[in-house]
Amino acid sequence: MVKEFLALLKDKKSRFVIIGPPIIQLLVFGYAATFDLSNVPYAVYNEDGGAAARDLLARFQGSANFQQVATISHDGQIRPVIDDKRAMVVLHVGPRFGRHLALGQPAQLQVIVDGRNSNTAMLVLNYVRSIVTQFNRQWSADHGLAQPPVHLVTRAWFNPNLRSQWFIVPGIIGLLTLVVTMLVTALSVAREREQGTFDQLLVTPLRPVEILIGKALPGLIIGAVEATVIIAVTVLWFDVPLRGSLLTLYAGVGLFLLSAIGVGLMISSMAVTQQQGLLGAFLFLVPAIILSGFATPIANMPVAVQYITLVNPMRYFMVILRGVFLEGTPFHVLVPQLWPMAIVALVSLTLAGWLFRHRMY
Amino acid sequence: MAEQPHTPTAVEARGGGGQRLRGLVRKEFLQILRDPSSIAIAFVMPVVLLLLFGYGVSLDAEHVPIAIVVDHPTAETADFVGAFEHSRYFSPVRLPDMHVAQRALLAGEVDGIVRIRSDFGRRLRTAGGAPVQVLVNGVDANNGRIVSGYVEGVWSQWLQHQAQARGQPLAQPVQVQQRVWFNSQLRSRNFLVPGLIAVIMTLIGALLTALVVAREWERGTMEALMVTPVAVREILLGKVIPYFLLGTGGMALSVAMAVWLFHVPLRGSFWVLFACASLFLLVALGMGMVISTAAKNQFVAGQVAIIVTFLPAFILSGFIFDINSMPRVVALLTHVIPARYFVAQLQTLFLAGDIWSVILPNALALVIMAAVLMGASRRLFRKRLD
Repeated sequence: MVKEFLALLKDKKSRFVIIGPPIIQLLVFGYAATFDLSNVPYAVYNEDGGAAARDLLARFQGSANFQQVATISHDGQIRPVIDDKRAMVVLHVGPRFGRHLALGQPAQLQVIVDGRNSNTAMLVLNYVRSIVTQFNRQWSADHGLAQPPVHLVTRAWFNPNLRSQWFIVPGIIGLLTLVVTMLVTALSVAREREQGTFDQLLVTPLRPVEILIGKALPGLIIGAVEATVIIAVTVLWFDVPLRGSLLTLYAGVGLFLLSAIGVGLMISSMAVTQQQGLLGAFLFLVPAIILSGFATPIANMPVAVQYITLVNPMRYFMVILRGVFLEGTPFHVLVPQLWPMAIVALVSLTLAGWLFRHRMY
Repeated sequence: MAEQPHTPTAVEARGGGGQRLRGLVRKEFLQILRDPSSIAIAFVMPVVLLLLFGYGVSLDAEHVPIAIVVDHPTAETADFVGAFEHSRYFSPVRLPDMHVAQRALLAGEVDGIVRIRSDFGRRLRTAGGAPVQVLVNGVDANNGRIVSGYVEGVWSQWLQHQAQARGQPLAQPVQVQQRVWFNSQLRSRNFLVPGLIAVIMTLIGALLTALVVAREWERGTMEALMVTPVAVREILLGKVIPYFLLGTGGMALSVAMAVWLFHVPLRGSFWVLFACASLFLLVALGMGMVISTAAKNQFVAGQVAIIVTFLPAFILSGFIFDINSMPRVVALLTHVIPARYFVAQLQTLFLAGDIWSVILPNALALVIMAAVLMGASRRLFRKRLD
């Protein structure tokens, strides 16, 4: 066991790779991975020039979400400004905008959006609509028009400002913990196999269980330390509220680590070369992240794919992380998320131990 | 593991520059054919990943489960609720009271609650209008925003119908008339699949070379090759050419799947796509070469390759997350991520067409990166000899 630690820490580069990047990545990704838009570049094509149109456009200028990059004076300029990605949105106010508005007829604001990234496009449209809704309310009030007979009062629970950082950053904890554990475990057996030292280990009086523990413990400890550091950064640096109990969180972390280590060791003991080990790690890592609900909701996936996610330990960990951080979910509610991870851990660790002996080549 | 009979002397014996190179390339191909894992990386991985991502990753929410609570049902509320029942974005459930609805929201059974209070009918006719309470679960902020956007859409359509039915002027002075270019259906698959090709290609290019070259260093066969009269340039080319061809094959497969399986429109020309892809592959292979030459062994090379390729390409390339919205420092950082340029090219080529003002600057950035990486790997190669 001590030997495993030494093997890992002896190699200076390997040590650096395991400790440095997760912290840097958390910081960078924590800021980068956001669905909140700011500084959306837009261009204005104002054919009206009246006070009402100016008023409406001023609201866009005043918004932190938008940044005006160009002013357009004829139709032909719309295409190039969007094509070149100089602007994401063109706001087009037609020549009869002010007149329609004054006569009480519906005035059109044409909004042209670059749909190359359809998710961003949809968000931009939502932002535009909410600015226009505010304008409408103000205009109706100022001109004594009837308010719409029904209006919506929207509130978001747990995350009143709908900051996506609060959603993404806890997810990144899971992401980085998984990557680090896989790095530590997935190549460890394969490397010893390749170098022949694993055979030596097998002929010693050590039982497979003992070898398994020796292999699993470093991953567990490094993973736990890493997770703790990342959780601390999440709370202290990113100000994500931690509303649930730490104990519940760590129950999740522990089980998740065990299941990740189990899968890592299983891959590792199946592989004959390090290249195969790495390939296996990748083939697990990438789908595990994509199908975990980290960036895209599992509910949007086709039903068949949703069944696949049931064996993904990361999926359960995501629910626990977000539940404990944002909703303050108590332990007993999270039990349905905990036991599947325990099963994955048990099955994979057993298989790994069995493979130690039976996978001979 | 089939041990390759590695005989640099055979290469040497052939002599002559071009022939030497051909010999090296041939040797590399034989090696690839013997170890199935390289082929797996190049061909099986793109297929598996594209299938998983293409079907698994979707940001289009349809039939969002939503709870509707009506305190005092009347004909007017039924009309409003009907608007939700007819929308394809929602599959509403009627729940008797707020307690049940809140529990359902907490349990994740519904993504939002629309509540109509008992005074709805009365306040409908007052000047202020009737409020309708909308609650969404903000834990998944993006989803929360999408759901509340959908609710707003249903609401404004309902208002329009009401106004038409009564022959009154519409209560909204300004209407938004939206046009989404390039992807009018807002199908998220259309931008995710091209982006995925970039992510997958980063993985393949870097992994393929990182491991293979590091293995030769580890075994000492690289040094053996060095003592032969083969020039460093030839060794590098001998490594790059076979994997370039392998990567191109993987790329062609991915593009074919995108077009025929996922029905992503390819509006740009195939040859421009091919040129951009080749350029990007060179960069990815260069990354792999630098990693493997700088790292001493496969273990470290593998670890570095995982860390510097997948997650940055996934998060910092603009594939899902908008680069404009990142803080300035992070946005600057994305300039060193090669996938960023390729994602921009791919999304434009697939959805918009051959727009040179997007393709050329990004291609230039890729050319510079390829040159820097190849130069660096050549230099590192030399240095390791000293």
